[in-house]
Amino acid sequence: MSLLRTRTVLAFVSLTALLLTGCSSRYLVLSPAGPVGRQELDLIVLSVELLAVIVIPTLALLFYIVWRYRDRPGNTAPYEPTWADSRTLEAVWWAIPIIIVAVLGFYTAKTTFALVEPPQKDVKPITIQVISLNWKWLFQYPEQGIATVNYVKIPVGVPVDFELTADAPMNSFWVPQLGGQVYTMPGMAMRLWLQADRPGTYYGHAANFTGEGFAHMSFDVVATPQSDFDKWVASVKASSPPLTTAGYEQLKKPGVTSTAEFSSFPPDLFDRVVWTNGGRYMQGMTGHGMTDHDMTSHGMDGHDMTDHGTAVGQTSR
Amino acid sequence: MDLLPLWFRRFADTYLMWDRGPLIWMSDVAILLTTIGIVAALTYFRRWKWLWREWITTVDHKKIGIMYLICALLMLFRGGVDALLMRTQLAFPGNTFLDPQHYDEIFTTHGTIMILFMAMPFIFALFNMVVPLQIGARDVAFPVLNAVSFWLFFFGALLFNLAFVFGGSPDAGWTSYPPLSELGFDPGPGENYYLLAIQISGIGSIATGINFLATIFKMRAPGMTWMRLPLFTWSVLASCLVIVFSFPALTAALALLMLDRLAGTHFFTMLHGGNPMMYVNLFWIWGHPEVYIVILPAFGVYSEVVATFARKRLFGYTSMVASLLVISVISYFVWAHHFFTMGAGADVNAFFAVASMAVGIPTGVKVFNWLFTMYRGRIRLSLPMLWTLAFIPTFALGGATGVMLAAAPADYQYHNSYFLIAHFHQTLIGGTVFGLIAGMYYWWPKIFGFRLDERLGRIAFWLFVIGFYVTFMPQYALGLMGMQRRMYTYPAELGWGDLNLVSTIGAYMMGLGFVVMVAQILYSIRHGERDLTGDPWDARTLEWSLPSPVPHYNFAVIPRVTDRDMWWELKQQGRTEELRPTADDIEPILMPKNTARPFFLGLSFFVAGFGAVFEWWPVAAVGAAGVLACFVAWESGEEEEELLPADEIRKTEAALGRV
Ligand code: HEM
Ligand SMILES: [Cu+2]
Ligand SMILES: [Cu+2]
Repeated sequence: MSLLRTRTVLAFVSLTALLLTGCSSRYLVLSPAGPVGRQELDLIVLSVELLAVIVIPTLALLFYIVWRYRDRPGNTAPYEPTWADSRTLEAVWWAIPIIIVAVLGFYTAKTTFALVEPPQKDVKPITIQVISLNWKWLFQYPEQGIATVNYVKIPVGVPVDFELTADAPMNSFWVPQLGGQVYTMPGMAMRLWLQADRPGTYYGHAANFTGEGFAHMSFDVVATPQSDFDKWVASVKASSPPLTTAGYEQLKKPGVTSTAEFSSFPPDLFDRVVWTNGGRYMQGMTGHGMTDHDMTSHGMDGHDMTDHGTAVGQTSR
Repeated sequence: MDLLPLWFRRFADTYLMWDRGPLIWMSDVAILLTTIGIVAALTYFRRWKWLWREWITTVDHKKIGIMYLICALLMLFRGGVDALLMRTQLAFPGNTFLDPQHYDEIFTTHGTIMILFMAMPFIFALFNMVVPLQIGARDVAFPVLNAVSFWLFFFGALLFNLAFVFGGSPDAGWTSYPPLSELGFDPGPGENYYLLAIQISGIGSIATGINFLATIFKMRAPGMTWMRLPLFTWSVLASCLVIVFSFPALTAALALLMLDRLAGTHFFTMLHGGNPMMYVNLFWIWGHPEVYIVILPAFGVYSEVVATFARKRLFGYTSMVASLLVISVISYFVWAHHFFTMGAGADVNAFFAVASMAVGIPTGVKVFNWLFTMYRGRIRLSLPMLWTLAFIPTFALGGATGVMLAAAPADYQYHNSYFLIAHFHQTLIGGTVFGLIAGMYYWWPKIFGFRLDERLGRIAFWLFVIGFYVTFMPQYALGLMGMQRRMYTYPAELGWGDLNLVSTIGAYMMGLGFVVMVAQILYSIRHGERDLTGDPWDARTLEWSLPSPVPHYNFAVIPRVTDRDMWWELKQQGRTEELRPTADDIEPILMPKNTARPFFLGLSFFVAGFGAVFEWWPVAAVGAAGVLACFVAWESGEEEEELLPADEIRKTEAALGRV
């Protein structure tokens, strides 16, 4: 399997690279820098392999049949205009896709459940709260007490527990090299685990359309060793202005801005944003800080969406 | 500028958007000239009466089909121009051809028009042109309702297109998620246009769904059992089932959002306990099945075309029918795959992931059955078959990327990226549009009585199909490079420029292909080979036993069906005479009479919708009164049918050389 797999990865990458001059590291999704992105890539590769098993022979068959049975003079291929049924053949091609879907479905479910866990269990995670605004990103570090705009620093090798909400139309938080996206929604707190395994600056961007400034709503995720991270926190604490409530109101106004850092932020800002955007109408959110997001009223009545609360974002606590 | 009075300048800036630049001015002029041209031509050729009698008041399903087809092609043009504008903007990093607002409006109208005002009327065109003929019926079950459906669609589309030059287009995406589409973030009439125009045409779509279900259930010729029903008709049945069950969800979503905007309710704002998630669910409960509504009839077309041009019975008929029905059922259980990343639990995501992949099973089965229909056949590469052959690999890849998207954790990476854009265009264009074009080519001679020029058709085909791959293959790569959808511009550093340029070049190739196709149609109207046989492709089903174009009453004598490929069997056994009427068999026929009410009903809805868009309530009230008046008039009971004397039918049939 693993030999097959490396070969397919190579084929996959070179195929896409064929479409382009330049290095394959431009393919952010295909060059993950952390365990979450890697698990997702594994699933992508598996799906390509499984689908190739069925698609490639089908296409070959198509070309063969069209070539062989064309209506041209002197074609000696058999012609059987009434042959239109075969139990055996049909059993075969009902079975093949069923098997493929079963296998892929199994691994899909497995990965889906895996991604709601922290990517690494033996390291203490760091929490970062994210608020998407029109059209900028505000990041808060509740444990460090600092905040940044349009970039976020994280320590390498540490699972990051992103808590996300929006104080504007719903958006989506996406850092392709670290792992998949999750929506930021007003009045709700979502969660996303990501982790970087090596230092670097990773491209992040808003993924859900929110109007005029949307295209410029990008941010960098800067992963540094823990010691550098601590130094950076200390320097932000020492030399940046605080984010006041008035300052937040200013920041919130629609517009595009560059990066910024703050030595502190109103302590309950994140919860208040969730609350005022409608979180107060969500059930069960009062007890332990709204970020627990235990919102049974969230989805549609009755159907499975009601689970939303117990497993927020792609994670559960 | 000072020459203009102030009130006029204000009016022009607010409603005519004169401050928005040359694109608007050019469109204004173009629209004005076209309108003047049409009015002048109709007057000059004294065609007003003809237009009214033959088209506007018609209830003949074939003519309604033709009107749907014309509208669909016009909308394909409008949506295509939108696409080219977007692709022009995206050809280079940091381009400034369009500003963000303009880009947002264009992708919103592009998506909406293509799905609701291009694909939908196109499938309805085929429903109308083909289904009654295939099942041996003289009309649909409710001919007047059929005309109502058309006029609701027509005026809905008109209202939507008006937004472009009067008051401002919607700009929140064809999905229009709140809260972005709520008043707070999106004031102005654009979003109202979206809501009301789709609502009006949507009512028509539901009626069409019901109408064709009733037609297929009730109007089949004697002997046309379920297992003898041609596959296109089966696919229409499946599609209509989906329409009837899914469109009400859209109706509800649009109505509630409209109340939010016009009446100040909070169904979809979190304030006062509403919830945007509710909209997202309702939208996709319709939106996902919608893609099957438009692809199932295309599957039907491919099935007819493959059997005809391979000169072979369709392989695995029972499986083909079963898979159509299975697909239409499963399509209701997968809607949440459109928001895997909205924070449902792992269990929910896993369920919807596997359900979505399951759609691939019956679809895969269909592909194999098409392949084996060709196996041991004799394949002729005429235009309908060419498009069908192009469909198979395109759709195999589009289906495969669909399964890739269905793997939820993988979708965390594809969602809202160009990978998604590439996928749905591959299935919508490579599946639906190719199928609709194949169907158009296939049934064209039947409806219009002449064939479309093959040579021009081939040029259009190659331009369009190659252009399609050049456009959308790079977009998969762009998605994997992290490019988001709906970006009006992107920075150069990320290296997305080259592939975007390639994609734009492909889009222009497709545009050229479309132009050649239009040229083909215009050329063939003049020079196209007349179809005197009624059966130019040597085809298999009942409609090919009729003369082309088909007379008003379809069948002089209703046929008795004895086989699945009835017409083909009769040809094989030299018994085609059996489907010819004899002079004695011909009896008078009760036919629906022309009526202007469907047109006025549509017009009233248009006026009401237009008033509501701008919250000009008196105008809306006039429209509503018109709607009411139409219903009252209906109650008063006008003669709806008239008797066609046997002699007249005999004369027509004799002129066609059939008796
Ligand atoms: C002529 C070929 C076409 C080209 C070049 C094209 C191009 C595009 C582009 C550039 C976008 C916007 C991507 C973005 O979000 O920035 C788009 C969106 C879309 N297109 Fe097309 N398109 C074509 C034909 C079609 C057809 C035939 C259909 C439907 C049957 C269709 C349906 C859609 C839909 C539903 C969207 C999504 C709109 C949205 O994001 O709100 N397109 N297309
Ligand atoms: Cu939520
Ligand atoms: Cu879907």
